[in-house]
Amino acid sequence: MKIKRSKGEKTFQVFNYAFLSLIIVVCFYPVWYVAMASFSNSNLLTQHSGLLFAPTGFSTDAYKKVFQNPMITKGYMNTLFILIVGVIFDLFMTSLGAYFLSRKRVMFKKPIMMFIVFTMFFSGGMIPFYINLKDLHLTNTLWGLIIPFMINTSNLIILRTAFESIPESLIEAAQIDGAGHFRILSTIVLPLSKAMLAVMVLYYGVSIWNSWFWASAILRNREMYPLQIILREILLSNDTSSMTAGSSAMDTEAIGMTIKYATIMVATIPILCVYPFLQKYFTKGTMVGAVKE
Amino acid sequence: MKEKNVRNTLGYRMKRDWIRNRSLYILVLPVLIFYILFHYKPMYGAIIAFKDYTPTLGVSGSPWVGVANFTRFFKSVYFGRLIKNTVLLSVYSLIFGFPAPIILALLLNEVRSKHFKNVTQTITYLPHFISLIVVTGMLTDFSMTAGLFNDIIAFFGGERSPLLQNPDLYRTMYVASGIWQQVGWGSIIYLSALAGVDQQLYEAASIDGAGKWKQLIHVTLPGIAPTIIIMLIMRVGQLMSMGYEKTILLYNPSTYDTADIISSYIYRVGLMEQDWSYSTAVGLFNSVINFCLLILTNKISRKFSETSLW
Repeated sequence: MKIKRSKGEKTFQVFNYAFLSLIIVVCFYPVWYVAMASFSNSNLLTQHSGLLFAPTGFSTDAYKKVFQNPMITKGYMNTLFILIVGVIFDLFMTSLGAYFLSRKRVMFKKPIMMFIVFTMFFSGGMIPFYINLKDLHLTNTLWGLIIPFMINTSNLIILRTAFESIPESLIEAAQIDGAGHFRILSTIVLPLSKAMLAVMVLYYGVSIWNSWFWASAILRNREMYPLQIILREILLSNDTSSMTAGSSAMDTEAIGMTIKYATIMVATIPILCVYPFLQKYFTKGTMVGAVKE
Repeated sequence: MKEKNVRNTLGYRMKRDWIRNRSLYILVLPVLIFYILFHYKPMYGAIIAFKDYTPTLGVSGSPWVGVANFTRFFKSVYFGRLIKNTVLLSVYSLIFGFPAPIILALLLNEVRSKHFKNVTQTITYLPHFISLIVVTGMLTDFSMTAGLFNDIIAFFGGERSPLLQNPDLYRTMYVASGIWQQVGWGSIIYLSALAGVDQQLYEAASIDGAGKWKQLIHVTLPGIAPTIIIMLIMRVGQLMSMGYEKTILLYNPSTYDTADIISSYIYRVGLMEQDWSYSTAVGLFNSVINFCLLILTNKISRKFSETSLW
């Protein structure tokens, strides 16, 4: 059936495309600006004013300085360690919880669900959490950034919903064949939930990659700093001195700018490369109304 | 008869459940330990709000002081300012930030080109994946006197100024950058709700002579209302729980007047000045208010519509 479009509707369509294009520009331009600035010649960049559509005087000096900085490479390694170990732990624990909550005819499922969901609505607060980490000797170690954050309750509920959609008959058949729950989880439930697990890897991965607060609160040893803390020093405290040594004062300030932008790119690109591939699964990963039994 | 009674006792049912599901309970044990250790233990630890906590004496060994920490907060010169800043920042974020993803989803829903829709989605999701450190870093950089925002202001004939040093502009910057970062990601949920609206309703409405606008009012909005209500309950329930991370990165002493909120205050007096018990009391006060707000909004919503969180 062909729908006749009125004049008002056509105007709306034009307006709609124009408006959405504007949103695209607003969302994308800051990132583009940073990318272009990072490849610019530092002296030309400081003289430049206004929008930037291409690098002013192409140069990769900033990236060379960034990759020569031992703190950044060290930070990268620390972040990668937390990321890899953390995501494995997170997935393991979240799957255990989600599998339990997705089973039927379990007497204490409801109270345990309430026990878990309650933590979404009430917490002891930042300070008791910190004191608890201290008491458990989880400060000043990278494990303190992994173990206390193994389960994110909303992720747990999303994964539970995914597990619930697996046909009960498959699981019953395996039980009749004598398979235990751990076996069913690892050979039936997890392989059938690959798409959701990929989303979980992304969610947990992004939150670990971008997290900084607890690292700044519990780590005293600079050697352990993850990438975001190094970034914070460079971006917000304007501290590029470790990379600009040997330049004159004015050059130092100028190259400091491009180094900032190059650092942003280095720390952001890995994530921006991953998420578009998982985009089609995002709708499944939203959790509205899922808390309800 | 007798046997039936035995089968119905709690003890018997628990025993049967244990035989049937024993391995399942063992499986979930690490999860329970995790929640006890990292959620419920800190909740217990919050009792130091009523104590004079010193690390050497520990949580249970420190002496009780009653509600002294709470009265200190209520009498503090910062009390009024903190409440006001927290509520205002929250309300502005709600007023401007809540409708934004709904509007974006409605507009995207009208786009006929699948390709354009996909590209718009991918690009509007992008800021969500950028770390807070980078977002606030870019914001700080663009707001400097020689920065991009000032270049644009100067282009239109305005006066250059350090924007982030200005307390009057702080809330605008905070809310606007928040919308920039979350509008695309927030629209996902409404897009999936929109996809669930029965297409036959649109056909019926257009046969009845309803134009696009009427269809929006009578078909689309009622169709996604449950989603909107749930999201609204959660947002209103979090009215007093503004996060500290962005504030800590964005504020500075010259903007404390409008920028300092309860959670950033807790961070300063708690972690920086190590005033453990007092900051815990402030945090507990805040948690209790949040919890009450959530229960209240949920109740109200249950009364006036079919939708509620639980």
